[in-house]
Amino acid sequence: MKLFTQLSSLACPLPLENVDTDQLIPARFMKEPRADGYGGFLLHDLRFDVSGSSRDFILNNPGTRSSEILVARRNFGGGSSREAAVYALVDFGFRCVIAPSFGDIFSSNAVNNGLLPALVLEHDCEQLLEALAGKPGQVDIDLAAQTITCKGTTISFDINPTWKLKLLNGWDDIDLTLAQTPKIETFRERYLKHYPWLG
Amino acid sequence: MTGKTLFDKVWQAHEICQNEEGQSLLWVDRHLAHEGSFHAFNKLDERAIPVRHPEYTIGIADHYVPTIDRSLIAVQPKVRNVIEQLINNTHRHGITLIGLDDPRQGIVHVVGPEQGITQPGLLMVCGDSHTSTHGALGALAFGIGASEVAHVLASQTLWQSKPKRMRITINGQLALGVTAKDIALAWISRLGADGARGYAIEYAGSVIRSLSVEARLTLCNLSIEGGGRCGMIAPDEKTIAYVKGCDQAPQGEAFEQAAAYWRTLYSDDDAEFDREITLNGGEVEPTVTWGVSPEEALSISATVPDPTQAGSEAKARQIQDSLDYMGLTPGQKLTEIGVDKVFIGSCTNARIEDLRAAAEVLRGKTCKVSGIVSPGSTVVKVQAEAEGLDRVFIDAGLEWRESGCSMCVGMNGDLIASGERCASTTNRNFKGRQGPGARTHLMSPAMAAAAALTGHLTDIRDILGNRP
Ligand code: SF4
Repeated sequence: MKLFTQLSSLACPLPLENVDTDQLIPARFMKEPRADGYGGFLLHDLRFDVSGSSRDFILNNPGTRSSEILVARRNFGGGSSREAAVYALVDFGFRCVIAPSFGDIFSSNAVNNGLLPALVLEHDCEQLLEALAGKPGQVDIDLAAQTITCKGTTISFDINPTWKLKLLNGWDDIDLTLAQTPKIETFRERYLKHYPWLG
Repeated sequence: MTGKTLFDKVWQAHEICQNEEGQSLLWVDRHLAHEGSFHAFNKLDERAIPVRHPEYTIGIADHYVPTIDRSLIAVQPKVRNVIEQLINNTHRHGITLIGLDDPRQGIVHVVGPEQGITQPGLLMVCGDSHTSTHGALGALAFGIGASEVAHVLASQTLWQSKPKRMRITINGQLALGVTAKDIALAWISRLGADGARGYAIEYAGSVIRSLSVEARLTLCNLSIEGGGRCGMIAPDEKTIAYVKGCDQAPQGEAFEQAAAYWRTLYSDDDAEFDREITLNGGEVEPTVTWGVSPEEALSISATVPDPTQAGSEAKARQIQDSLDYMGLTPGQKLTEIGVDKVFIGSCTNARIEDLRAAAEVLRGKTCKVSGIVSPGSTVVKVQAEAEGLDRVFIDAGLEWRESGCSMCVGMNGDLIASGERCASTTNRNFKGRQGPGARTHLMSPAMAAAAALTGHLTDIRDILGNRP
């Protein structure tokens, strides 16, 4: 997995609440193979109307294409467990989402794909959105220090300590866990003795 | 020492070890896979990692299956491909598949409890957020993403941070026409769609004890719509009777042994919760959603919210945005909102009791709008047909379909047209959930049936004759 230490990039404001995973990637695109990239599906129905024409929406602005950071309001990524929502963000080019709350499953999916879910206080998020004033603006993120800096103001963000380590080191859970196989097998034997009907 | 909660007991039984940051490696008893699991299987294939315990995973076809009939011939090639991938992946790895033609087929969260795959005290996962459903039997069950599914397939374990504990206690007595769906929408509208984020929920209180197991499944199913990591209910004699005799449940002496353990799964009197919420069951009214998040729900006797009355500018904008999408006017009575379609189905509300409740409203009557009824499983379908419910729906003018996720998510092509409004027994009224531009109102099965009859959102109490 790609590791994440620091990031300096344009941050794109998306001042919406409840940007659920059904909006991040509508269900009809989920049967597509990942190999072709999911970036084109990101927030598809907010970006395009029913006839497929572009709407007036920030992600359609040419100046936004290089943003690697998204700033949104509360409950970002709530709803469906579809990891495809994270694939769409990552394939579009995002490496970090800043919001005052995230769907639980979305957050773990994000970390498993090297996307940083940076949890900030509601008040700090509003200030950040205000500073960006509806346009992409330069933001610096330091994961080790857990800070976000925009226009001279620094705020801190929260992240689960295991996730932080995983992102900083680019660790992959499966490798780490398979190294523990003997411990898992010992547990399993004891467990099945205790609950024999589950064998 | 303080006592333990139900959640703590089940969590602890599955904890293999902790890492230095306090995350736990958990043993996974059962994993349910559906068509969407192809990403996870691909991840394993890329790295040539085998499935560690194929015997603990069960594949079930539901998300993409056709509901008109069971033939794949007329199915769009890309949809068929996803279904075929589930068949191939389960076959290659020696995983049991409950496929399209299996008499046990159905929506994964209906099939699990029905077949006895779901049992009290189990740790269950599935690449689907409504896995919280299974907690109704006292299992610790939650949805995971594709990377985590790959991890479970590779190791039969999962790393998790322990959520905090929340208890939602509902005492009193529900009024006629008020269901588990209404309880769920009531607490979610009060706490918000992220109100239980980071928490494992336990539902308790006299109302919960009096709910049937099926109604408990509906309630736990919707835990995720309030952001909860999982929803659990302590198993009682009703639960044990429900599991007994199910195909995959322990049998004979093993069942008695298991049941003795299940009876220890409750929150101790002195157990502590990080957050306690109480609701008066008697105050819960039939509830519908008016907006684009399950938190945007109100009693059916209310009116459409007015953004100018919102507490903040941000809130006002949010309400206006929802109203624009839903095509509603502030102050409009909810019961005056006309609907174009009805959908009775999904893992939330398509079990036999749900179909009975809807059929009761429709018996001998004709619907003003068209719609689909898709039973939660093929077992439910067969049972409903034995009771003649299929005739009631068909005679009322609705389509009686095969079982699958169908119009809950539209992956199989069962969609609501753009701008059309659907009275739906599902769980998500998100923008575009039932199709691009589709407008969804969530409600209980009897309320959806009532809307189908009258052509507009309807207070079920008017039909049952018990409006206060
Ligand atoms: S019925 Fe709907 S919510 Fe339930 S599993 Fe299927 S798609 Fe998901």
